[in-house]
Amino acid sequence: MRIDLNGERVTTAAATLAALVEERGHDAASVATALDGAFVPRGLRGAALLEDGARVEILSPMQGG
Amino acid sequence: MFYGTELQSRLMLGTAQYPSPQILSEAIAASGTEVITVSLRREGREGGAFREILKGAGRRILPNTAGCHTVKEAVTTAHMARELFGTPWIKLEVIGHADTLQPDPFALVEAARILCMEGFEVFPYTTEDLILGEKLIEAGCRVLMPWGAPIGSGQGLRNIEGLRTMRAHFPGMPLVIDAGIGAPSQAAQAMEMGFDAVLLNTAVAKALDPVAMARAFSGAVAAGLEAHRAGLMPRRDMAAASTPLFGMASLA
Repeated sequence: MRIDLNGERVTTAAATLAALVEERGHDAASVATALDGAFVPRGLRGAALLEDGARVEILSPMQGG
Repeated sequence: MFYGTELQSRLMLGTAQYPSPQILSEAIAASGTEVITVSLRREGREGGAFREILKGAGRRILPNTAGCHTVKEAVTTAHMARELFGTPWIKLEVIGHADTLQPDPFALVEAARILCMEGFEVFPYTTEDLILGEKLIEAGCRVLMPWGAPIGSGQGLRNIEGLRTMRAHFPGMPLVIDAGIGAPSQAAQAMEMGFDAVLLNTAVAKALDPVAMARAFSGAVAAGLEAHRAGLMPRRDMAAASTPLFGMASLA
């Protein structure tokens, strides 16, 4: 299926947010996630089902002021 | 002081715009700061390296919601930050205008109310407006962070009298000057006026020698705090001789 990941169209086989984080090679504890604009806590990523056209954000700490 | 946390150093330092990760680490160390601000961005190649810097710095993290323009964006970012950094602290920025980067006061109060109810300890980036300050406190904020001048402008305390009034209006409320500080003298001035801390980024990061500038700000903030505690002399319109006239020789 095709989803919107961090603003880019990507194709994924992952059925859940947890699977997507793993598929993209991220350390699950080092990123925070949102699905369709809503925060998804780490413990709920496994239950967050991805659908075609889903908008996913995977964020991590970055320099800031 | 800051939600029950006492800080020895009253300088809070941003982590953006440094020439290199190495210089960032050295500047954090030289500043003596106990609180550094960070943001959340889309996971990229540099994410891992920055995480290592944060770990190595060993300072308290104040995540921000920089770049958020709506209540929803800011609240969602705060949730993501709380999970990632394991802290209830959040520097709440809800930007109202892309050019001036001035806060949207209405959205700021609404976001602050939501986050305070959810157990966050909110550090709102605000203006020197007194009513806005009162509304933020009503919403549950126990720190206010008025701007000195627009973010990144280096203009210092642009409305000194307004800030002085704000300090007097909120006795006992921790107030942090956030944004607009360009020189150590301006940071010292804020501390002399009785502000509890200064948060800055660009003035250190964009200095020719950021590590030395971090040290300079550290000294200025400490000097300003000590001066405030020592009690500044009242200002006078006229001269007043400091050397006694008694015992003056007659040499005319």
